[in-house]
Amino acid sequence: MVTLGAIATAPLKAQREGDKNGKSIVFLGVLWFAVLFAVVCLATLLVTAFVDGSTRLDANLFTRYSSIVLPERAGARAAILGSALVIVTTAVMAIPLGVAAAIYLEEFADSKRWYNKVIEVNLTNLAAVPAIVYGMLTAGVALSIGMPRRVVLAGAIALALLILPVVIITTREAIRAVPQEIRQGSLALGATPLQTVWRQTLPSAVPGIATGSILALSRALGEAAPLLLLGGLVFVSYDPNGLMSGFTTLPIQIYNWAKEPQLAFQQVASAAIIVMLALLLLMNTLAIIIRNRYQKRW
Amino acid sequence: MSPTISTGGSSHQTTPRGLDPESYQKDPSAFLRQRRGRYGERAAMGVLVGSAGLSILVTVGIFFALLFPALEFFREVSIFDFLTGQRWAPTFSDASFGVLPLITGTLWTTAIGMLIAVPFGLGAAIYLAEYAPNRVRKILKPVLEVLAGIPSVVYGYFALYFVAPTVLNDLLNVQVGTFSVMAAGIVLGIMIIPTVASLSEDAMSAVPRSLREASLALGANRMRTTLRVVFPAAVSGITASIVLAASRAVGETMIVALAAGTRSQMVSGPTEAGQTMTGFIAQTATGESSPGSLTYNTLFAVGLLLFAVTLLMNVVAGSIVRRIREVY
Repeated sequence: MVTLGAIATAPLKAQREGDKNGKSIVFLGVLWFAVLFAVVCLATLLVTAFVDGSTRLDANLFTRYSSIVLPERAGARAAILGSALVIVTTAVMAIPLGVAAAIYLEEFADSKRWYNKVIEVNLTNLAAVPAIVYGMLTAGVALSIGMPRRVVLAGAIALALLILPVVIITTREAIRAVPQEIRQGSLALGATPLQTVWRQTLPSAVPGIATGSILALSRALGEAAPLLLLGGLVFVSYDPNGLMSGFTTLPIQIYNWAKEPQLAFQQVASAAIIVMLALLLLMNTLAIIIRNRYQKRW
Repeated sequence: MSPTISTGGSSHQTTPRGLDPESYQKDPSAFLRQRRGRYGERAAMGVLVGSAGLSILVTVGIFFALLFPALEFFREVSIFDFLTGQRWAPTFSDASFGVLPLITGTLWTTAIGMLIAVPFGLGAAIYLAEYAPNRVRKILKPVLEVLAGIPSVVYGYFALYFVAPTVLNDLLNVQVGTFSVMAAGIVLGIMIIPTVASLSEDAMSAVPRSLREASLALGANRMRTTLRVVFPAAVSGITASIVLAASRAVGETMIVALAAGTRSQMVSGPTEAGQTMTGFIAQTATGESSPGSLTYNTLFAVGLLLFAVTLLMNVVAGSIVRRIREVY
């Protein structure tokens, strides 16, 4: 076995001799430069945010509301609470819907039928619709049914629609990874197809679904564009207290602060960026832990 | 007396209980698949189908939510003036609704973004797919994922407070103002590097190993193999990744809203400030525009144009993949 593998890969390594001419070395250098550029950009971006914001990373940031007259003491309290409320509401809407749609498409849909093909094409296109368009959709619908548009519920609906394609796509991958034998065993024992999904396929796919959902929610957490039409309140000085409450979120607050010309606003914006990146890091770490610890290897 | 063994419940049958034995014997598996579901299963199935169908509803909803206010807009402004006018001043007293300034703004930021994203993204993709040892790949892939996961408002901050003043003005000695399509475009490009890199890498990794081996066996070195064999074989996937990345650049909002400026003008050079379609939507959306007013409808007319452009690009990307894909 080992020798077979060695024979199969040996020619590739032997060719290295031909890679030592000038052109090849320059080519590899160009590739390295491209990779290095991406790494340097990431590092610079993170360092910039930390250097600018570290002076304002204090208790005020978490306990005080934003203020237009006192940027030195402005805080992101309303934004942090608003983000939390919006993301939880988004999760409650997007995850069940996305999982249900994924189950249908992966387990029951006959992919040869035209309407299922339409759904597939539609999903890939929806995943690439600009985020701000989802905000316009929600604003338009809210207006036509007479719902206020600058409230938590409207923001959460827009974000849920935005991440729905992502949740569906990742859930389908998780379901597809469950081996066929599990389903066949369940069906052979007399379970109905739906019982099989509910008791066998879905529980086996939970780690994958959870990982995908957390990553989708972390995208929703950082997204500001669709909320500009729905929660574009600049200086919110109260805690959001329900689905019909006005709100602001961390990315919107950062946008509003970053727009102001004074240095103090720039500093508090980058402090809020640090908080947001820390939250994202937390969510991503959680997703990785779930993936590594609970993912079944078949 | 020997005790009889009870089989429990009804006596043993060759067909499932209560079913027509004749059709069962004709095609047992089809028969079982068709059997009536348990209580509530129809309802559960309905929920699943409904959730999948919702995605269609969302698309239809987007279309009409944008179309109706846009139609209101076009009742007051002719579509010809909208598409060919060179002055965009929707809130001025002598209002003018020519969308070309916004389109030139979008074109400049997107073009500059692609100038950054295509070479660096492709370079990273080629390195990852063809050259990188596993150890290096394991570090680089997460770096690209992190780069892709950073919120766009953070990129906007980066463009406004670092790229424009420090990189462009101080380091490269390119004189730009606080706002410029150049700073916005460069950072836009950095943001979409991961899109180009990961989709192109997928396309190149899908090229079968046998093609590379054949090329190497014929005496080509790795660079030649990469450029003459792997790259052409993956060209459909690579092209699609570039079109998709461009569509993301067109639709990206927060970077251009922060760094490109809010003055809508025909942009004629990279160091100028300019407003993009998304930038205009962002600026107007945060202001107070009452629903039904012309300003509010203007928002949706621009939104419809944006949606149409990005949809067209996504459809083109999809058809490139389908039409010129080599199937191995």
